[in-house]
Amino acid sequence: MLQGQKISRQSQVTVGSVPSDQVRAESTERYALSAQEKKHPTAALLTVPVTAALALGIHLFVAKNEPPNESRTYTIVLGSFFAGAIVAAVMQRWWPALQTRMRRFRPLFTVGVLLLCVWEVITSGFRMLPLPYFPSPAGVVQSMINDRGLLFDSTWHSLVLLLSGYLLGVVAGLVTGVCIGWSGPARYWGMPLLKVVGPIPATAWIPLAMVISPSALISAAGLIALAVWFPVTMLTASGISNTRASYLDVARTLGANARYLVFRIAIPAALPSIFVGLFMGLGASFLTLVVAESVGVKSGLGWYVSWAQGWAEYGKVYAALVIMAVFFSTIMTLLFKLRDRVLVWQKGMIRW
Amino acid sequence: MVASSLQLRDVGKSFPAPDQPLTRQPVLETISISLEAGELVSLVGPSGCGKSTLLRLIAGLDFPDSGELLVDEEPISGPSAERGLVFQDPNLFPWLTVRRNIEAGLAARGVLQQKRSEVKEFMRLVGLEAFADAYPHHLSGGMAQRVALARALINHPKVLLLDEPLGALDAFTRMRMQDEVLRLWQNRRTTMLLVTHDIDEAIYMSDRIIILTQRPGTIEQIIPIALDRPRDRSSSDFLSLRSEILELLHFAGNRTSEVTA
Repeated sequence: MLQGQKISRQSQVTVGSVPSDQVRAESTERYALSAQEKKHPTAALLTVPVTAALALGIHLFVAKNEPPNESRTYTIVLGSFFAGAIVAAVMQRWWPALQTRMRRFRPLFTVGVLLLCVWEVITSGFRMLPLPYFPSPAGVVQSMINDRGLLFDSTWHSLVLLLSGYLLGVVAGLVTGVCIGWSGPARYWGMPLLKVVGPIPATAWIPLAMVISPSALISAAGLIALAVWFPVTMLTASGISNTRASYLDVARTLGANARYLVFRIAIPAALPSIFVGLFMGLGASFLTLVVAESVGVKSGLGWYVSWAQGWAEYGKVYAALVIMAVFFSTIMTLLFKLRDRVLVWQKGMIRW
Repeated sequence: MVASSLQLRDVGKSFPAPDQPLTRQPVLETISISLEAGELVSLVGPSGCGKSTLLRLIAGLDFPDSGELLVDEEPISGPSAERGLVFQDPNLFPWLTVRRNIEAGLAARGVLQQKRSEVKEFMRLVGLEAFADAYPHHLSGGMAQRVALARALINHPKVLLLDEPLGALDAFTRMRMQDEVLRLWQNRRTTMLLVTHDIDEAIYMSDRIIILTQRPGTIEQIIPIALDRPRDRSSSDFLSLRSEILELLHFAGNRTSEVTA
């Protein structure tokens, strides 16, 4: 449960189907001009472009230590960021939505770019970290561009494997969770099994999965599904069995049959808890995906990382990690959006 | 006929004692009540005397240990849409909008398609058309309770059981809601059984008041209220009835501990 609360704290303000004025007002207030910004509005506006210029300067200064093609690519990346920052700073005067957004992300962008500077200084600049294990940001960007075909292919394979395993696990978890949460006999027999088998990390089944499954891909999907199944079942069952008895009583006096009680009362009432299970399951599925791809499956980002490591191409390793971060956080964000939409009735009831 | 008669014969009910699960504590003993179709009767009694238990038995959510409960001479075998129940807590389904909460009774019986037109009528009846698409936690207590009433009424129950439905409301809202419930009752002529802590409410609303004793609850007295409607809360007849009932409940002359909240 704790983990679930943490997750919901992380969620951002989303518009969803709630009156967007309200949300906009709230975020405008939250990202209102600070006292310093009011004193020097132009200075505040220029924070990001100036930082980008600084990064560009540092890069050009240390560029002699880097292979020319890497250096050129990274110059283009930083240059476009710089240009984008300038354009945004100018445009925001006529575009209030952009202004709010800029105000909100300005500190994050600034610190992010500064971190890139630090990285470049300690790698290409002073050579403080051993190569090939710690390439410069320019090297990582170059690896990403050089190997884009294989990286794209790996991401696609990871996506297919992840989604098939995740969806399988969610469906199975919802079915068993509802049964265990609703029916006495199912709880009696299902709960001990769940308590004993559930906590085993799905990756611990890899040896067994390799023996019994015809293909590594199918066994990997099965393992991901297993990893997802446990938290989804657990939290669905607890959500269902914690349905307020008075909701069920009211529904029965309204003429509800068992089907209505399960699907229209117990499941909606359990949805907040079910979503906690879905988030926990998603985390478990990322872990299992990467492990399964590193040991058995011959495709995907997990495979790519260990393959690149085998060739000591650490630029590619980091490139794959960056893509993994974007890939996983995008999926996580999509699940947040889905939750915000489905649980819109909770808005205002609990702290989001 | 839209209303049912209700007979309770020697109904008794006990529950396991909380500290000793093997012994049972009687909650209700030998309750015999008969309600005519279309009658509005209040149940008044001290806390824990089994008023709510009695309503749950009539609703079919619980079963008696002894005695029998009959609706139109038929024994009660379980919950039914013909016997609506409204609790003190409105218990609106928080994941449904006001409209969908009101529709719930039709949806549960699978007749929503045929009777969708009635939803609007019931929203108008309780004056909540403007809030059709609001979620329950945006509503005030009085509004939420009106939705709960509409939700119970949309099934046209022949018996409406009200378990302190206005108990959580402030004094002004409560008096207004009393008139609303009376208006609904006069329009629909449902048989109503109202549990309340509020003597004024009982006198103002009901045809008869049933006074229960301390736990285990038995019937202490049944008082018919012969006043004409609409009733005047400050008339001398009203006030003398009030002091008569307070005396019965042993509160006379001690105004600080009136049961009227």
